[in-house]
Amino acid sequence: MYPENTMAEQLNGAAILIRSLEHENVETIFGVPGGAILKAYDELYSSPIRHILARHEQGGGHMASGYAHATGRVGVTFATSGPGATNLITPLADAYMDSIPVVAITAQVGSRSIGLDAFQETHTWGISMPVTKHNYLITDIDEIPSTIREAFHVASTGRPGPVLVDITKDALADSMVWHGPGEIDLPGYRPSVKGHPRQVNAAIKAIAQAKRPVLYAGGGIIRAGASGELQAFAEQHNLHVVTTLMARGAIPDSHPLTLGMSGMHGNYTATTAIQQSDLLVAIGARFDDRVTGNPEFFAPHATVIHVDVDPAEIGKIRKAEIPIVGDAKAVLGQLIAEGENLGVPSETPARAEWNATLEGWRRDFPLAYEQDPDGLIQQQYVIDEISKRTDESTIAVAGVGQHQMWASQFWAFEKPNTWINSGGLGTMGYAVPAAIGAQAGMPDTTVIAIDGDGCFQMTFQELITAAVENIPVKIAVLNNANLGMVRQWQRLFYDERFSATELSYTNPNIPMLAEAMGCAGFRAETPQDVVPTIEKGLAVTDRPVVMEFICDPDAMVFPMVVAGGNNDEVLMGPEDLQ
Amino acid sequence: MSQHLITVTVENKPGVLARIASMFARRDFNIHSLAVGPTEDPKRSKVTMVVDGPEMEQIVKQLYKLIHTIKVTEYAPGEAVEREIMLVRVNADPKRRSEILDAANIFDAAAVDVGTNTIAFEVVGEPSRLSDFLEFMRTYGIVSLVKSGRIALAKDAKSQSRRQKQSA
Repeated sequence: MYPENTMAEQLNGAAILIRSLEHENVETIFGVPGGAILKAYDELYSSPIRHILARHEQGGGHMASGYAHATGRVGVTFATSGPGATNLITPLADAYMDSIPVVAITAQVGSRSIGLDAFQETHTWGISMPVTKHNYLITDIDEIPSTIREAFHVASTGRPGPVLVDITKDALADSMVWHGPGEIDLPGYRPSVKGHPRQVNAAIKAIAQAKRPVLYAGGGIIRAGASGELQAFAEQHNLHVVTTLMARGAIPDSHPLTLGMSGMHGNYTATTAIQQSDLLVAIGARFDDRVTGNPEFFAPHATVIHVDVDPAEIGKIRKAEIPIVGDAKAVLGQLIAEGENLGVPSETPARAEWNATLEGWRRDFPLAYEQDPDGLIQQQYVIDEISKRTDESTIAVAGVGQHQMWASQFWAFEKPNTWINSGGLGTMGYAVPAAIGAQAGMPDTTVIAIDGDGCFQMTFQELITAAVENIPVKIAVLNNANLGMVRQWQRLFYDERFSATELSYTNPNIPMLAEAMGCAGFRAETPQDVVPTIEKGLAVTDRPVVMEFICDPDAMVFPMVVAGGNNDEVLMGPEDLQ
Repeated sequence: MSQHLITVTVENKPGVLARIASMFARRDFNIHSLAVGPTEDPKRSKVTMVVDGPEMEQIVKQLYKLIHTIKVTEYAPGEAVEREIMLVRVNADPKRRSEILDAANIFDAAAVDVGTNTIAFEVVGEPSRLSDFLEFMRTYGIVSLVKSGRIALAKDAKSQSRRQKQSA
């Protein structure tokens, strides 16, 4: 694009920043301008990069994350110094927990004002340190090209994650000759890609010996783009696959080897399969407490093979007998090749019995809900009907809470990168901005957020952004007039003392609010309204749509394992708690 | 609690110590002693730490996860030359001054400041020597004490094997 060293072109720091971003093939930036970052916005004005003006920096940050989730590319967000930067902390923490590649550019007050409590000064570098994979403070224009290069490299390689680059106002204003993109100088950063051949060999031998193996696939599969390899590997060894919340879609739900999600709100078969397994093959998963319950009781009979690109995840929660450090896609490729090499033994009677046991559980303990035609709308019914009426490339996005768990349970996932949610941090309000980011990155794909009324009220103003920017996302608000998951815990564990969880069916008037923001708004109040409302909502493609469903406030998410509990004790309904 | 001696070679970049300290705080790891300084290579710094804990594997892995970490070396007892420096002021009644100075001599402690009723000593050496000196001086009364973090240098492989032969 820009031949190097052809002419001495004098540019200011802001122009060098934008040019460096263009070199990273950045097409879209989500952000909010302000005083310190004005210079960068001035240069952005004449750049082909699309800027989407969020209504709040948190929205811009989650948009960048949704964009990265959906496209697999690095999401980019801009914010100014001080409050702009502090508003980005939640999206950064969110992206860090879920290993999402995001680069955040924030501006800082002039280098001579640092430390003097200048207007809109905050110690962005220090605040963002524990919630980023890496971060930088640039005070010298010279450092801009190499830092941007490094930021994208660090964000997108190894275990992906957010990187923040804070740039002082004077570094943006100074001038220098543009020498082309910078070079990476990170002598200590060398992520492993390939797994150790001896460990790969040991893993295949362990699988051949196992009587009750289970493959435990995590979000690392999605991040590594390893879905094809995962399916091929599972088929090669006839291994059933449990997908974590972050890995929904890593293998099609319709595949006979897919068991679905395990853990706190996982289905009985997936959770119990892990509990009774004698070999757990964890790939790109981190033994999160929502998966394991009390780790002391987790998969007590299992030998563990743990494949992860981040060595620190191996042995952090659960000892791995066969640790393999490497990229999920590369290691799965090695495992498949080694399986071919050593040959997969024919099915033993023990394995046949295990497979039959799993099939039996699947038959006896399916995920289910009942929709009474004369009753209140059940949230699961809405999700099921939307899922049935959209194609398999449709991207589903969720916030955090009951609706998120139901979406994970009842949405039929067939493809990777079609499920976007806040898994690790559990950020309420994630869905609306993340869906907008996903839609901006995937303009030809239907993007539907399944949201709760509590979550919706945290970030709905970004629908103004969506309307203005022609980003026709669809939002299904499952309105139970409550902070549903908290209410569920109050019902189950706090003696039905519903402290501070009640919201409202009528305020805000969600369809009117949607219309006020330039979106189409619909409401379904009875089970009979559900399908027509979905059809009306899906038919609108020229602007964002909000479909509100007036749902049952007492519906609860089951199965459930109580927090910190034993995964052998799966509660199938409230009656099991006594 | 078991203590471990580690040296972390890092890029000599601003804020690298803050990154290490922040990570330790964030992960609930404990630093017992810390010393940071330049190395033979101006682009590298070395952080020598004595850390508490049963979580050594995680500590090392989390240190490696910091982008500016180049190498983490853990020393088993005897694998490195270890030094600390201590400045300590003890009560020294003029009547007991010579007695105290004699004792200090045994420990190679240098009197660096003599007051009317106190003497300040500098002691450099292996951590055990410092603690022995301190223990001894307690009988006179410690007025104030400052101690550096421990620094360590790997022993030459030849000198190590010689030592092992000698002890065998």
